[in-house]
Amino acid sequence: MTNNPFPLSRDDLLTAYRTMRTIRDFEERLHVEFAKGDIPGFVHLYAGEEACATGIMMHLTDIDRIASTHRGHGHCIAKGVDVHEMMGEIYGKATGCCRGKGGSMHIADLSKGMMGANGILGAGAPLICGAGLAAKFRGDGGVGLTFFGDGAANQGTVLESMNLAAIWNLPVIFVVENNGYAESTSVEYATAVDSYVDRAAGFGLPGVTVDGTDFFAVYEAAGEIIKRAREGGGPALLECKTVRFFGHFEGDAQTYKAKGENEHNRAHRDCLKLFGARVTAAGIVADADLALIDREVAALIDDAVETAKGAPLPGPRELTTDVYVSY
Amino acid sequence: MARMISYKQAINEALDLEMRRDPTVILLGEDIVGGAGAPGEMDAWGGVLGVTKGLHAKHGNRLMDTPLSESAYIGAAIGAAACGMRPVAELMFLDFMGVCFDQIFNQAAKFKYMFGGKAKTPVVIRAMVGAGFRAAAQHSQMLTPLFTHIPGLKVVCPSNAYDAKGLLIQAIRDDDPVIFCEHKALYGSEADVPEESYAIPFGEANIVRDGKDVTLVGYGLTVPRALAAADTLARSGISAEVIDLRTLSPIDWDTVIESVENTGRLVVIDEANPRCSLATDVAAYVAQHAFGALKAAPQMVTAPHTPVPFSPALEDLYIPSAEAIVAAVHKTTGPVKSAA
Repeated sequence: MTNNPFPLSRDDLLTAYRTMRTIRDFEERLHVEFAKGDIPGFVHLYAGEEACATGIMMHLTDIDRIASTHRGHGHCIAKGVDVHEMMGEIYGKATGCCRGKGGSMHIADLSKGMMGANGILGAGAPLICGAGLAAKFRGDGGVGLTFFGDGAANQGTVLESMNLAAIWNLPVIFVVENNGYAESTSVEYATAVDSYVDRAAGFGLPGVTVDGTDFFAVYEAAGEIIKRAREGGGPALLECKTVRFFGHFEGDAQTYKAKGENEHNRAHRDCLKLFGARVTAAGIVADADLALIDREVAALIDDAVETAKGAPLPGPRELTTDVYVSY
Repeated sequence: MARMISYKQAINEALDLEMRRDPTVILLGEDIVGGAGAPGEMDAWGGVLGVTKGLHAKHGNRLMDTPLSESAYIGAAIGAAACGMRPVAELMFLDFMGVCFDQIFNQAAKFKYMFGGKAKTPVVIRAMVGAGFRAAAQHSQMLTPLFTHIPGLKVVCPSNAYDAKGLLIQAIRDDDPVIFCEHKALYGSEADVPEESYAIPFGEANIVRDGKDVTLVGYGLTVPRALAAADTLARSGISAEVIDLRTLSPIDWDTVIESVENTGRLVVIDEANPRCSLATDVAAYVAQHAFGALKAAPQMVTAPHTPVPFSPALEDLYIPSAEAIVAAVHKTTGPVKSAA
């Protein structure tokens, strides 16, 4: 038996790979399907950033809550939201997790602790302080994590929330997924500090920056921070430096990127390839194990797309329901 | 025997009773306790005007003073509501909505709909509204129409101490987000308020005075103003019915329409600015649904299309007065002294 050098069991490694592969295939497939014109509205793809959501969410259960972003599909999948319901939602179908009323930017499943993707940048930070406050009052050991990009890191809501979480010692983690771009604007242009961890210090929070394409780096840093928050040690900031394989939204020509940037990232900074190489080189997982997962995930995504395409649209009565609990 | 307490005491009592009844009720806001972390006494203020004074002694850390970060703590109240708590957040002055509106109208108001009916957000946001305190343009507005416009929010504005208690208890028990508007000029007004707990259902207007010649519709401070106008009108033989809307969303159209069908005349009084206001809303609804009953064009008495001025000489002109209401009624009855 080969000695396992990783902080996860073989089963957990396979689970992590499956989650990342599911996110990747989900997004790659949406890229193709969106171009066909069948998907309404705006779609923001998470491909390239899979190790961030997965490395963090491996430490969470349903009592833990997350607030996501407009680029939320990866967070949803890693938090356990059903892939078929997500796909149905993105197609605007009655079978979607929000019955077709939310769409890509508002996927939520409160039963899984997923408090919603969010079309407003930085809006999740105050909300997750509330989740942390509720967990603290209940004393259930739950934690809250808010995800935001390098762009939304400049929103006042995020900064106010870091202070609030710090003074109330809330079990809340601020996760900056720094993919280098706020829409088309570079992080170097829009942010004066070199690292968001410098800002954490300004709010009295511990912070750590990791390579967000390295699943293990994310997993280990997140594990420590989450454990600390769960035990009453208070909030922290985690910056994951990552890459965005696609544009801000589908249809973005990405002319602001350097020539060859996407190709370089796919060749050298692909978290799935990096993960696969490490676990197979260590002899813990065989190429065939990963290939089997690849086939199973491909079949799952195929089925999710076909099911969503064939699913019924919401009926006209749905227009005016669900505005209030009672009115 | 009458138990006269103030509008302010009635609100305090409603908060106390609901905190006793339900352990998930928590209070958040700037200085709602007062003196947090300072060397002097705790509960130094109980809110800037003392509305929550004394609650900290009874409920301890379920009242939380917040930093001056409205987006963060209003948002935290909303997030906690989505996670099973029933927070009552105090925004102090409704004018401060400008620094936290996203959390209210894009988050709290939309969760239920956007998430396909699966969320509920039982948060109450209390805030002072209205002019009359010489507090100028950024601490005196009646911004009720902005909130009434937003689907998913409920909007409440009591005109007296009895309603303040019953409507706030309902607001806390309600499963939807509620904007609870407290008119600062009414804090000292007293009414006979029962000691026990009671809830006033939303969407039920109150006919505070019966009449047969004209219907006066208002909410908040405009209700006592309309009652004063009704006294004046009675002396010239005009019988005015006065309707207190109590809640602006939901709104009790039936009571308004039924009254106008009886009186044939409508004057709506709104302390908000005139465009896209409750005044225009009620006038339009009545014109559409009771046109045949109208003997004259509906009239509106509102603040002017200006910010709230500071100088007492100007602010007193800004707020709809009983005299302006009487004049508007005379426009509906014509130059002839009395209604038919």
